[in-house]
Amino acid sequence: MDSGTKGSDAVLVLSNGTEFHGRSFGAKGTAVGEVVFNTGIVGYQRVLTDPSYCGQIVTMSYPLIGNVGVNPFEHESAKPWPLAYIAREFTDPSHYQSESALEPYLASHGVVGIQGIDTRALVRILRENGTMNGAVSSDPDFSPSAWMDRIRAFRAVDPVLEVTCRETRIHPPVGERRFHVALLDYGCKDGIVRGLCERGCEVVQLPAGTSAEDVLALSPDGIMLSNGPGDPKDNVFQIAQLQRLIGVVPMFGICLGHQLMALATGADTAKLKFGHRGGNHPVKDLAHDRVYITTQNHGYAVLPETVDPKVAEVSHVSMNDDSVEGLRYFGIPAFSVQFHPEAAPGPLDTAYLFDEFLAMIPRDTAR
Amino acid sequence: MPRIQEIRKVLVIGSGPIIIGQAAEFDYAGTQACRALKAEGIEVVLVNSNPATIMTDREMADRVYLEPLQIDVVQRILLEERVDGLLATMGGQTGLNFAMELAESGFLDRHGIRLLGTPAKGIRMGEDREEFRAAMMRIGEPCIPSGTVMNIPDAIAKAEEIGYPVIVRPAFTLGGTGGGIADDEAELREYAATGLAASRVGQILVERCIAGWKEIEFEAVRDAKGNVITICSMENIDPVGVHTGDSIVIAPAQTLTDVEYQTLRTASLKIVTELGIVGGCNVQYAQHPTSREYAVIEVNPRLSRSSALASKATGYPIAKVAARIGIGYGLDEIRNEVTGSTYACFEPTIDYIVTKIPRWPFDKFVRARRTLGTQMKATGEVMSISNTLEGSFMKAIRSLETGFVGLELPALTALSDAELELRLPVVDDLRIFVVAEALRRGTPIATVQDVTKIDPFFLGKIRNIVRLEEELKAYRGRPAAAIPYAVLRQAKQWGFTDAWIAKMAQGSARDVAAVRKAAGLVATYKMVDTCAAEFAAATPYFYSTYDGENEAIPSDRKKVLVLGSGPIRIGQGIEFDYCSVHSVWALRELGYEAIIANSNPETVSTDFDTSDRLYFEPLTPEDVEAIIENEKPIGAICQFGGQTAIKLVKPIAATGLPILGTSPDMVDAAEDRERFDAIMEEAKIPRPEGRMVFRTDEALAAAEELGYPVLLRPSYVLGGQGMVITYSDQDVREYMEIINLTEQEHPILVDKYLMGVELEVDAVSDGKDILIPGIMEHLERAGIHSGDSISIFPAYISEKIRETIIDYTGRLARGLQIVGLLNIQFILFNDRVYVIEVNPRSSRTVPYISKVTGIPLVAMATRVMLGGKVADLGYGTGLYARYPAVYAIKAPVFSFEKLHDVDTSLGPEMKSTGEVLGLSTNYGEAMFKAILASNFRFPKRGDGILMTVRDSDKPDLLPLAFKLSAMGFELYATGGTALYLNQQGVPTNSVRKIDEPTPNMLDLVSSGKVRLLVNTPTRGRQPERDGFKLRRKCIEHGIPTITSLDTLFAVTECLVRDLQTADLKVYEIGEFAEIVRTTRTNILPLHEMPDQNQMLKK
Repeated sequence: MDSGTKGSDAVLVLSNGTEFHGRSFGAKGTAVGEVVFNTGIVGYQRVLTDPSYCGQIVTMSYPLIGNVGVNPFEHESAKPWPLAYIAREFTDPSHYQSESALEPYLASHGVVGIQGIDTRALVRILRENGTMNGAVSSDPDFSPSAWMDRIRAFRAVDPVLEVTCRETRIHPPVGERRFHVALLDYGCKDGIVRGLCERGCEVVQLPAGTSAEDVLALSPDGIMLSNGPGDPKDNVFQIAQLQRLIGVVPMFGICLGHQLMALATGADTAKLKFGHRGGNHPVKDLAHDRVYITTQNHGYAVLPETVDPKVAEVSHVSMNDDSVEGLRYFGIPAFSVQFHPEAAPGPLDTAYLFDEFLAMIPRDTAR
Repeated sequence: MPRIQEIRKVLVIGSGPIIIGQAAEFDYAGTQACRALKAEGIEVVLVNSNPATIMTDREMADRVYLEPLQIDVVQRILLEERVDGLLATMGGQTGLNFAMELAESGFLDRHGIRLLGTPAKGIRMGEDREEFRAAMMRIGEPCIPSGTVMNIPDAIAKAEEIGYPVIVRPAFTLGGTGGGIADDEAELREYAATGLAASRVGQILVERCIAGWKEIEFEAVRDAKGNVITICSMENIDPVGVHTGDSIVIAPAQTLTDVEYQTLRTASLKIVTELGIVGGCNVQYAQHPTSREYAVIEVNPRLSRSSALASKATGYPIAKVAARIGIGYGLDEIRNEVTGSTYACFEPTIDYIVTKIPRWPFDKFVRARRTLGTQMKATGEVMSISNTLEGSFMKAIRSLETGFVGLELPALTALSDAELELRLPVVDDLRIFVVAEALRRGTPIATVQDVTKIDPFFLGKIRNIVRLEEELKAYRGRPAAAIPYAVLRQAKQWGFTDAWIAKMAQGSARDVAAVRKAAGLVATYKMVDTCAAEFAAATPYFYSTYDGENEAIPSDRKKVLVLGSGPIRIGQGIEFDYCSVHSVWALRELGYEAIIANSNPETVSTDFDTSDRLYFEPLTPEDVEAIIENEKPIGAICQFGGQTAIKLVKPIAATGLPILGTSPDMVDAAEDRERFDAIMEEAKIPRPEGRMVFRTDEALAAAEELGYPVLLRPSYVLGGQGMVITYSDQDVREYMEIINLTEQEHPILVDKYLMGVELEVDAVSDGKDILIPGIMEHLERAGIHSGDSISIFPAYISEKIRETIIDYTGRLARGLQIVGLLNIQFILFNDRVYVIEVNPRSSRTVPYISKVTGIPLVAMATRVMLGGKVADLGYGTGLYARYPAVYAIKAPVFSFEKLHDVDTSLGPEMKSTGEVLGLSTNYGEAMFKAILASNFRFPKRGDGILMTVRDSDKPDLLPLAFKLSAMGFELYATGGTALYLNQQGVPTNSVRKIDEPTPNMLDLVSSGKVRLLVNTPTRGRQPERDGFKLRRKCIEHGIPTITSLDTLFAVTECLVRDLQTADLKVYEIGEFAEIVRTTRTNILPLHEMPDQNQMLKK
């Protein structure tokens, strides 16, 4: 798909054999993963540090990446998660908050990068054929055919366990403490923590392996389920715990959290052809007949026909493909959204959902 | 929310003539709106005084009024048409002002007319400075802090409150004299003192200085139920301080973090929500470069230049969506026409970089002050798209058609380092080249940033280009094949043309092209699809890159490439976009696939659904050749894109592609003086005697032989550029001195100047038969550029002259084997017809004459080019309309008040930016409408009129002065003129000349007593300078200036008739054309035309 291998020192190969030749960027080496694309224009640092990208090779459709460097205020977690990173061009940074250019940042975290390829052509392939595995390599001896079996066989193993926090963390509220919220960390973005803390929550961030008993032992006012990577159905333990928590304590699930709640209540999920990744996704809030622009990052979605109409209803749908973007549960204080009200990066239009979550907490129990 | 069913008939208001600050973008917006409304089955009524627009076509609107944009006229149309909805947000500030006036006066309510889109309250909140500040305060959005004070201690207190640096502006002074930027208290004391002294009311405004902050814009769209989205962010390379219309703009914004971007985006949503916008809105911000601080500069609660840019940059049709929202739809009910599968309620995301560069008129106005500031000076703009910023930038530079293709200018490389250093802080149209030169010489980015405040990100990109230019120079003296593949590929991806690579490195463009093509480096095209390829899109809207995949796979249909006209500039305006679009429509009707190439984001031609395929590309040989190589059309049409497209005839023909219509050889013959003379000789058509010269002594000899006055001009230049009328050896010497500063490849033409009546025709020809819709007559005698003249249809000429003109037109059409359009200008001198200019292409008057006669000239020409015969097209041959019972008068419109140091006197070089039409069955009414619509402010009886004319004009002035005096105008004149008029019995006040002690003419102008200046330029250096000073002074005081007595004649006629706007009759253009049709064979004129030209005809 490229005009030649001349001048190139890195390659992207897809599981269907397509090769893109470009220039190495960031860490040297070879990375195998699932190739996805993100259509956001700003906020690449937040994309990189979003744990939901664990196990993936992320392509940015916007051609200039790195314009504002890496700053201390836009880390969504402690490190970048993609196995490899692809852009048409990595640029020199110009921003007063920048502490580092992108290249040393990626290099120091072992993220293999490639630039100078026709990213639009790549996106079109992924759109037409669906998400597929691939490898990025700057190894001069890399042979696509020799690696093809490994590429095709790649599957992220328990990515949630890889990204979740190792031990419980307490985040103090901003200002007066109004609520006590347990946050189940399946690969949580700091934006979710910020969204809660800014609203007076003391947040107890729990590892994904925390049992329902241990959660309840904290007597939280509410339970927040975070985003996270991978196929939701892999998280059998987590789903089992949720079955014992839903309805007991007010609950709000985001992204993977939303999918796990759905699975815990009997619905099913399926993989989307090429997922939703970007900051321009329109979602309709059906109750209010309003459309909001949202940030999304998911490869799976809840199948609407599998949602038991006695248990929950679809509250939000994607304007682009009618896929389920939110569920509201009947008779219990619980709802969930597929998109990211914490934004980071992206539009802040749906931050009000944090308020709706906290509004579910009865006043007399809040402390 | 579904559409409001009660709306059946909507009036769309256009923005009027093209002026600086209000250009073709509103034709684009209005046209989109019309189409959206018509698609809903709504009857569309349109009013606009600008005949060159597409929106004023009967294809666009059901009822079209080419009438002066006056409140009385608009009200009359609203009532006569029984309109139930008014859409005013497509017509720029003009439209918005009408909306406010009609709403606030209660007119709309009284007549049950709905204001579609943003309610009047929201418009006012966005427009009124104080209301806007209050609204921003309510929602916690920061404005630029400022305060008005009346003494120095208060000024200091205010400055401390808002923080240094502060701008001090004296209240109520013209031109901002007496103010300045104060960095500290000491400076503030100084500026406050001078400012307070300069202000007439002893007040100064102390405002936080945000010069140098980043300027960021967002386009937002909101529907009536509150859904709100942003379409696009844009970042000005030029920081705050340069008008956004004069700034180089990049989309999307490049230097913002997510936090900054989302802060401004969220603010945009809050602002449009607070204003209650229903439709589109533009929000401008200043972002501090090194802190989180930002401020809202202003909003435009309407479609704007920026929204046109945002539409073209993203593919999102903002105007169309805004029109649908206006009739009630929600964003979630409107389809995204680009993908066809998604909804308008989303935010476009793009995967390329867009650059907009303004097109300034300084090539025409060489003496104008080129510095840029808060007053916009550009007449148009170009846009380009690429997936590298460097490529986007380089493509935009060459799209300007100013002769620049790279960032190296000889004039700047010649400067010493010290000179360059002095040049760097100057903010003008060449700044970006100066920056490039400084970077080329190794000036650190930090230093350039410090001086210019341009963000280092952009400076880094400019340095990349400069470094590549330098890298290419390393291959000088070696064959093009020596340039390494990687370097060549980089150059192509960064938008370097083959010619530029060849110039920097080695060889010819052809060598470079051969080398790169052999290496597989060819342009590939990517689609603009609103969604960064996330969804399959149906839009055939493409831009070139040098990346692997080509998405513009040609169809197997027969296709024709139409070349557009590039940026709007003086001499090449929106009329050529009108022609290009009509040609495209005709092609589609004929079953061809119509492909258009253009670089102007303001136009209808670059709307993605005007043509079958749109290539948003520079109109240069290489870019066009690449399109041809990709598409392989059966031919190209170059007749409709003005001089831009004509210039492409040769390079396109060289590729082997047929030029449809008149052959390239004949196009050349029309421009080559010797060949043209031979054709004229052959056809036995007289033209003013002339000579070709190179040297001054030859010019003087020629002038001597021909007899003064003579016309001097360079050959191979159209549009009167560089043309002067000379009256003496002195004039000739001066002109030759200036023109020979640059080496002349082609000879200078010296022609006998005939001071006769100018006549003009546009004709369609198939090489055998011709059709002339009508003959136009210029009010001003020869010597004033046809584009700056008042043009009257039908011409008042004798049968014999008329037949001569038809005959000559036919002979020329056959002589030049014209297939398509032809424009000819004649001079009628001593009862003899001379041809002075022939253009083998469409002209400025084509839209106007097409509309008033109902003859679709462009469609006919397109058909003829594809084999049709004039005789078969249903309008006959020869002259269509002789003396139809109508008058259609075109008047020029100028933008002088926007440009410093530009002389307002009219001559052979065109100066107008736009035009308007006056239509009536009555000559006087048509003339009044035309002059009124041209924004001329008629003086009122009792007002003063200052007259200073050259001696030879005095006899012509006398009867006019007599009439004006009799009507009660107070006449003022300088010594000689005053004496003459008084002696002849016209009471006139004598005023001192400029060089005489005060009170003199300048004081009189300042006093406000004078409401009209009549000044025919006098020859000679000193009088010219004085005249210039006087004319500029009047422009700055808003006093209309007339520099030709012919114009004064028409104005006087209007004043005598004393017509009122409330009494004007309005004409629907289709009905007007119908009158022309039914009366076209009239042999006698309807009324005697006043005799201003009659004495010349005798």
